[in-house]
Amino acid sequence: MPIPDALPDTVFYAIAVIYALLIAASVIVAVMKRKKPGAATEELSRRVTSWWFMITIFSVAIVTNRVVSTVFLGFVTFLAFKEYLSLIPTRRVDRVILLFAYWAIPVQFVFAHLNSYGLFLTFIPVWMFLFLPMAMTLMGKTEGFLRAVGTLSWGLMITVFALSHTAMLLAADKDVAGPAGGAGLLLFLVALTQFNDVAQFTWGRLFGRHKIAPQVSPKKTWEGFLGGLGSTMIGAAIAGPFLTPMPFYYAGVAGAIIAVAGFLGDITISSFKRDLGVKDSGGLIPGHGGILDRVDSLIYAAPVFYHAMHFFVFSGRI
Amino acid sequence: MKRALQFLFFFLVVRPVLLVILGMNVRGREHLPEKGPAVLVANHNSHLDTLTLMALFPLKDLHRLRPAAAADYFLANRWLKWFALNIINIIPLARGGVRKNPLADLEAALDRNEILILFPEGSRGEPEQRADFKRGVAYLAKARPDVPVYPVFMHGLGKALPKGSLILVPFNCDVFAGPAIRWTGDAQSFMGELELRMTELADEGRFQPWE
Repeated sequence: MPIPDALPDTVFYAIAVIYALLIAASVIVAVMKRKKPGAATEELSRRVTSWWFMITIFSVAIVTNRVVSTVFLGFVTFLAFKEYLSLIPTRRVDRVILLFAYWAIPVQFVFAHLNSYGLFLTFIPVWMFLFLPMAMTLMGKTEGFLRAVGTLSWGLMITVFALSHTAMLLAADKDVAGPAGGAGLLLFLVALTQFNDVAQFTWGRLFGRHKIAPQVSPKKTWEGFLGGLGSTMIGAAIAGPFLTPMPFYYAGVAGAIIAVAGFLGDITISSFKRDLGVKDSGGLIPGHGGILDRVDSLIYAAPVFYHAMHFFVFSGRI
Repeated sequence: MKRALQFLFFFLVVRPVLLVILGMNVRGREHLPEKGPAVLVANHNSHLDTLTLMALFPLKDLHRLRPAAAADYFLANRWLKWFALNIINIIPLARGGVRKNPLADLEAALDRNEILILFPEGSRGEPEQRADFKRGVAYLAKARPDVPVYPVFMHGLGKALPKGSLILVPFNCDVFAGPAIRWTGDAQSFMGELELRMTELADEGRFQPWE
């Protein structure tokens, strides 16, 4: 068996920086808790504790090897899709169809792992898209058909297809992936998406005044959004040259793309939750909610970032 | 030996499946009893209900949990009988009263400080639809008025494994536990109280239709 390429040092440095930020956040929250004890700081503290777990699990998964990383990403996707299916109305007659839809996850992640661009792009939007309504038709119950096939197709796209782009980044060719390889690109995307969430939240809490989407997400403000955008662009410009093949200015643009897409993913999932009348998508992560609450911004950021990279950077256009 | 097998089954099969394939969202875990005697009362949708309720307790307390189950169903063949009696540790109940006191085994279990798991709907019935509670639980509460009765509402397991299906489809399930109630003095008000608590627990979730 060939020895897999060792992970570049920059990935470890980046993880060290993330832990440094996490320690800083823990200290700040601990001070806040002492100064202003209450439900809000309690919640914040639970959130930070959950961050320790999530960052540690993610870091271990990413540094072990690429197979482990891809399986991990597939598992997170499975949790997101399961959460989605558990929230929406489904038909009893479709149980087996849902099982088929679940099996799309390993298949999609194998295509991603093999960096098989064509199959990766067509499997869900073409093949599953055609197969699932056909299978439902064969089940013979037409009542509620359109709702069932519509919600299932959308769910498969928004969770499985969108999130599988993370594994596709990981599989990027060594020649085009840059100094830290696919793992560096994945780390860049995930760390900045999550950083943007936190920065948006913090800027919003400190200076938020003007609501940006009051119907969908009353807590989101322009101040939070723009503060997050600026912070993420700076973070991306600093991290970009170490983790991606981009110079700092393009990396800054990539940061802007991640921030905007992340925000849109966040409010899109909020829209979905609001329609179903739930506040959180689940209770898996203390202080955060469910898996969908945590990966909502990644749902938009991952495909947008991947395809921007694919079109401009991997192809050598810039 | 029996305890070891039960421990292994829950540690190696039940908990991993609940954790990975199903996923549990538990609310009100702090209400659950730490020791017996106690009675858990839940709605019934799936064979997974019993396993899920048992998995809410620490593994070391597993042998104190006694689900009451229909003898005619679970003792029907040797394999199921062995499994039900040894691994799940059920207390078999005869349906359609043959003995003088049909609750004698349950009362004895409470006297041994065990935790009973009861499904007063009687059978799994239509999944994800609540059926009226049968009154046996009231007579048990009357016989042991100091024993706390804990209402637990479950949702989602009927979607994952409904009656009549052998295929397990992953779904998250919700388990909402409420504070205990005690014997109120008469069967009607006790059943009314129990049903009310169950309805309140059920109303905590926003569940979409499943037809």
